[in-house]
Amino acid sequence: MTLEAVAVIVLGVAAGAVAGLFGVGGGIIFVPTLTLVLGLGQLEAEATSLLAIIPVALLGSWRQTKAGQVRWRDAIAIGLMSAGTAVAGALIADAAPERALRIGFAALLVLTAVQLVHRARRAAS
Amino acid sequence: MIRLGGIALVAGLFSALFGVGGGIVIVPLLITLLAYDARIATATSLAAIIFTSIVGTAAHGALGNVDWTKALLIGIPAMAGLTLGLALKARISSQALTYAFAALLVAVAVRLVLS
Repeated sequence: MTLEAVAVIVLGVAAGAVAGLFGVGGGIIFVPTLTLVLGLGQLEAEATSLLAIIPVALLGSWRQTKAGQVRWRDAIAIGLMSAGTAVAGALIADAAPERALRIGFAALLVLTAVQLVHRARRAAS
Repeated sequence: MIRLGGIALVAGLFSALFGVGGGIVIVPLLITLLAYDARIATATSLAAIIFTSIVGTAAHGALGNVDWTKALLIGIPAMAGLTLGLALKARISSQALTYAFAALLVAVAVRLVLS
């Protein structure tokens, strides 16, 4: 097994752990791992990340359902009604310049960081 | 239902455009618009993401953007990681960890823009 494969498996475990700990999806770790470690382009990394998220979301919701935390009616409503803009998002990403996607994703990371800190501070106070 | 629809529209766009689940927008919107408790918002968001990610993957797959092997290589270990993360969450105080993780995200963002 190559060094890259080992790194990806380790980062995959880390992404899942982060998802469980902070309740953020694995995507924010998957995408940079796929670009910076495996050398995928930003577009391919984002598309591949979406596929990798599915098993994590399935397992996570199953666990959370057992803990009585999931409101399935709302989840299904959001999930189904998001289909149209999800297709639009894929088409926009496919047409967008690589650099713009990368900068947009970097902005999303910073936004996520700000939100996590905000949430932790509110929980502490 | 209108509020759920609004959340869904934003979540779908974010998800497929950036390759993330969409929790970053779903969770705060559930809390502010529908007065969800933070834990239930996170769990419900994860369930919604199943559907959003399947549609996003199908669209990106049709465009030929998905690397199926690499998705498995990273997604399967993440399932083990998720179990680990949920177990850790019950045992440790996560505030210092949250700040460290937030700092890491900013560092990765800088690295992405510079590369």
